Amino acid sequence: MRLFECILLLCLIVCAMSVAFTKDLLTSIIIFMSYSLLMCVIWMILQSPDLAITEAAVGAGVTSILFFLTLKKIRAIRKEEQNEQEEG
Amino acid sequence: MSRRKDNYETSRWLKFKKWVDGETDPLSTGMEAIPAVMEGQMRERRKNFALRKAYDEELARLSAEHADKTEIMKARGIRNFQKFYKIMSVILCLAIISVLLWTIAALPVTGGADNPANNEVAARYIEKGLQETGAVNIVTGMILDYRAFDTFGESCVLFIASCCVLVLLRLDADSKNDNIKKMIAESDDRLFEPKDDIILQKCACVLVPVIMIFGIYIVLNGHLSPGGGFSGGAVLGSGLILYLNAYGYGKMSRLFTEKVYRRTTLCALTFYCLAKSYSFFTGANHLESGIPTGTPGAILSSGLILPLNICVGLVVACTMYAFYTLFRKGGM
Amino acid sequence: MIQHLSLNIEETAAVILFGVGFTILLLHRNLIKKIMGMNIMDTATYLFLASKGYITGRAVPIVADGVQEVSAYINPVPSGLVLTGIVVSVSTTALMLSLTIRLYERYHSLDLDEILILAKEEEQT
Repeated sequence: MRLFECILLLCLIVCAMSVAFTKDLLTSIIIFMSYSLLMCVIWMILQSPDLAITEAAVGAGVTSILFFLTLKKIRAIRKEEQNEQEEG
Repeated sequence: MSRRKDNYETSRWLKFKKWVDGETDPLSTGMEAIPAVMEGQMRERRKNFALRKAYDEELARLSAEHADKTEIMKARGIRNFQKFYKIMSVILCLAIISVLLWTIAALPVTGGADNPANNEVAARYIEKGLQETGAVNIVTGMILDYRAFDTFGESCVLFIASCCVLVLLRLDADSKNDNIKKMIAESDDRLFEPKDDIILQKCACVLVPVIMIFGIYIVLNGHLSPGGGFSGGAVLGSGLILYLNAYGYGKMSRLFTEKVYRRTTLCALTFYCLAKSYSFFTGANHLESGIPTGTPGAILSSGLILPLNICVGLVVACTMYAFYTLFRKGGM
Repeated sequence: MIQHLSLNIEETAAVILFGVGFTILLLHRNLIKKIMGMNIMDTATYLFLASKGYITGRAVPIVADGVQEVSAYINPVPSGLVLTGIVVSVSTTALMLSLTIRLYERYHSLDLDEILILAKEEEQT
């Protein structure tokens, strides 16, 4: 169990690092989502299932959806701008 | 007969009255969304910025060729500063990490039973929690009974956050501005998704009831098993979001509109506030509260915790759904 | 020291995660990346808090079979604190993301330096 926990914590750090180093925003959001899921397993190991459920629903679910939506909105604005430039 | 004040037109009372009646918006000149003229200016400036960037690069190239010393010095200065900033921030972070690691080396070992964190407060919650609150899940009993005021503040934080997002992202349908009307029309027709995706709809058909029932189960069993208002509310909110994605705003508006959102949140927060005020009032004055705690383990037990859980769950679900719709469309 | 650190791996990992999040916050110019760095810092703090309440070999604080001894359950206080924290962090994230969208609508850029330059110019005119 201790070994499993060590591996999970290591994965957590690797995930955080790769969020920093990926260039593509979409990729880094997906990595962040997996970071939250790993965190959820760690809460289970730390004997707090309340936190695990909340983290899975809130951290991995809603936060990532909000990030995706922001990205989509920004791309929509960018696209609009390009269209305008092509017209003008 | 009342005498009319001479400077009634400019008095604060008239302004206040107008504001209450909603005739004028006192903030309309100061901090509202960008007027159309400004928007155009910004775009110009943005273009200028891009142009000047190209110009700067050209200049740098030219100056490199002609060895124009001041320009090079300036560019070099900025580049040096950026380098310096990066190095300094890395050093700062490493310093913080090493100081914190050094502190951790002095902390007691994780998992020890006699750590200073495990003091008499936690012991009291565990020993007396079941009798005093009636909740089998000690964490829920703690956050909704012993520390319920804390949780009330947190629900208010959620509500305030959704209000702030509303202020920032809402597109007003009554606005006379053509630009905003155009934006509403564009955001309505769902630019990027296929309209009636059969795969998504069939999956949602199976999944949404399961998700909703699971969410309701988590909320209702908050005092018996892991979970509670926050997690259950988030699950319910995600179920609503999935339904919205599959079937669109038309069908969703039959169940959930802005009016429903406002009423639900307001009722839940008010009920929470009143219920907790009552129990704090009776508790502080050593009166009998008259709320039975019931038999531990039954679903209708533990006094106020079940209704409070439902309130928190409703607030969280509404807030999550409101975040989603505001981010996506700018309105419910 | 190394041996002691290997005994509290959760805290060590939490501190390293905190450092990584802080570095992202300082070094990245992209606003969305900065918000992610903030979130990583948040979760690192929660990990630290929760590991303070963990006791080896004890069970979840849900009363089972009427056992109400302190020696049977872990510390419930950090769990309650972190539970509140997670939900608040979502609302702050949503607020920051909506601010980012507004900034992008106005300045058409996600780069903080560019936004600052444009804002300064706007002030001068």
